[in-house]
Amino acid sequence: MKLVEKYPLGSVVILLPLWIALYAILQHGADALVLLTGLPQGERLTEAVRFFVYEVPKVLLLLTLVVFVVGIVRSYFSPERTRAMLGGKSLFTGNVLASLLGIVTPFCSCSAVPLFIGFVEAGIPLGVTFSFLISAPMINEIAVVLLFGLFGWQTALLYVGTGLVIAITAGFVIGKLKVERFVEDWVFQIHSNSAGMQEAAPVFRNRIQSGYSAVSDIVGKVWPYLLVGIGVGAGIHGYVPENFMAGLMGKSAWWSVPVAVLIGVPLYSNAAGIIPVVQALLAKGASLGTALAFMMSVIGLSLPETIILRKVLKLPLIFIFVGVVAFGIIIVGYFFNLVY
Amino acid sequence: MKIKILGSGCSKCKALEQKVRQLDETHQLHLEIEKVTDLKEIMKYGILMTPGLVVDGVLKSYGNIPKDEQLLQWFKDQRL
Repeated sequence: MKLVEKYPLGSVVILLPLWIALYAILQHGADALVLLTGLPQGERLTEAVRFFVYEVPKVLLLLTLVVFVVGIVRSYFSPERTRAMLGGKSLFTGNVLASLLGIVTPFCSCSAVPLFIGFVEAGIPLGVTFSFLISAPMINEIAVVLLFGLFGWQTALLYVGTGLVIAITAGFVIGKLKVERFVEDWVFQIHSNSAGMQEAAPVFRNRIQSGYSAVSDIVGKVWPYLLVGIGVGAGIHGYVPENFMAGLMGKSAWWSVPVAVLIGVPLYSNAAGIIPVVQALLAKGASLGTALAFMMSVIGLSLPETIILRKVLKLPLIFIFVGVVAFGIIIVGYFFNLVY
Repeated sequence: MKIKILGSGCSKCKALEQKVRQLDETHQLHLEIEKVTDLKEIMKYGILMTPGLVVDGVLKSYGNIPKDEQLLQWFKDQRL
C-alpha cells in the first residue's frame, strides 16, 4: 500500500495488466481448482463449490476495478458542489439532477442528517433533497458491479434506470405533498457559517490515490458480506431444487411483489450480501420483477437510515418517505413481472 | 490545544476519535479532546459529511479520516 501511495500512476500501469490477466484465467483457474479437490463431477456439493470458487474472485476483481474508478470519479464531486448545483433548480429539473448526482456524489447513510440539514438550509426544495436521499444509497457502485457480474449488463442497466425513475418520481411526489411542516422545527433555525473550509483542487495524482483509498475502504469493508452472500448463493445453487422458488417468488403469485418489499424494507444488508442470494433465487424460478423489488427495498430503504432521519423528520414524513418509495418499488416489480 | 471531533456515532467518527487519542498519547501532545454528538452543535460548522475535525475552533477536515502525518502537522502547527 505504501508503494502504491508513493507511485500512484506507475502502480496503475503495473496493476492493470495484472488485473486483466487474472480475470482472463478465472474460469480455467476455478475449474482446475475444483478438479484438484477431487470432488465427483456433477454432484451437488461440487456445483456449489464450483460456483463459490468462480464467483468470489470474479466479483472481488470487478469490485476492485469499479470501486477504484468510482473513487476517482467521486473526487470530482463533493456534497458542497452538488448542493451548489441544485440551488435554484425548479422542482422537476431539480429532481432529475438530484437523482443523477446521487449516483456520483460520495455519500454514507450516517451522513444523511448533516446533508439533509445542509440542503434545506441552502434553500433546496424538500422534494429535490429526497430525490438525492433515495438515489444515493440505492444506486451504488457495489450493487451495479454485482448485478453486472452475476446477471449481465442488461440487468445492471435496468436497475440503475428504474432506481433513477423511482428517485425522481418519489422525490417529485413528496415535493408536491407540501411536507415542510413535518420537518423538525429546529432544522429551519440552523444557520451555519457555510463558508466551511477552502479546499485546494486536487491534482490527478491525488485523485488516483483517492481511487486506491476507496478500494481499501470499501472492498476492505464489504468482502465478508460478499463471502457470506456468495456462500449462501452457492448453497442455494447446489441444493435447492429447480423451480422451487417459482411458487413463492414467481410471476403467478401476485402477492409476491408486495410481500418481497414488506420483508425487504426492514431488512438491512448491503448489496454485497443480498445480491448473490437473489441471483441464486432467480436461478431457481423466482421472477425478475419480484427479485428486483426485493433487492431495491433491502438496499434502498433501511431501518438504520430511517432511525437516523427521525432526528430531522417528524414521524408522518418518515412514513410518507418509506411509503412513497416502497410504492414505487412495488410498481417497478409488477412492471417487470409483466414485461418479462 | 482544543480538538473537537464532530460526529453522531458513525463508524468513521469513532475511528477518527480513536486515532486522535492514540496520537495524543504516543506523541505526548496534551490535547483537549472533545467528542461533539449534538447535531445543532455539529451543524454550526456547516459540514455535510461526518466526521468533522476542529482544531482550536478552526474546521480542518470533514467526511474522511486524515492521515497520521497530516493530523500531527495540524496539532503541532498550532502549538507554536
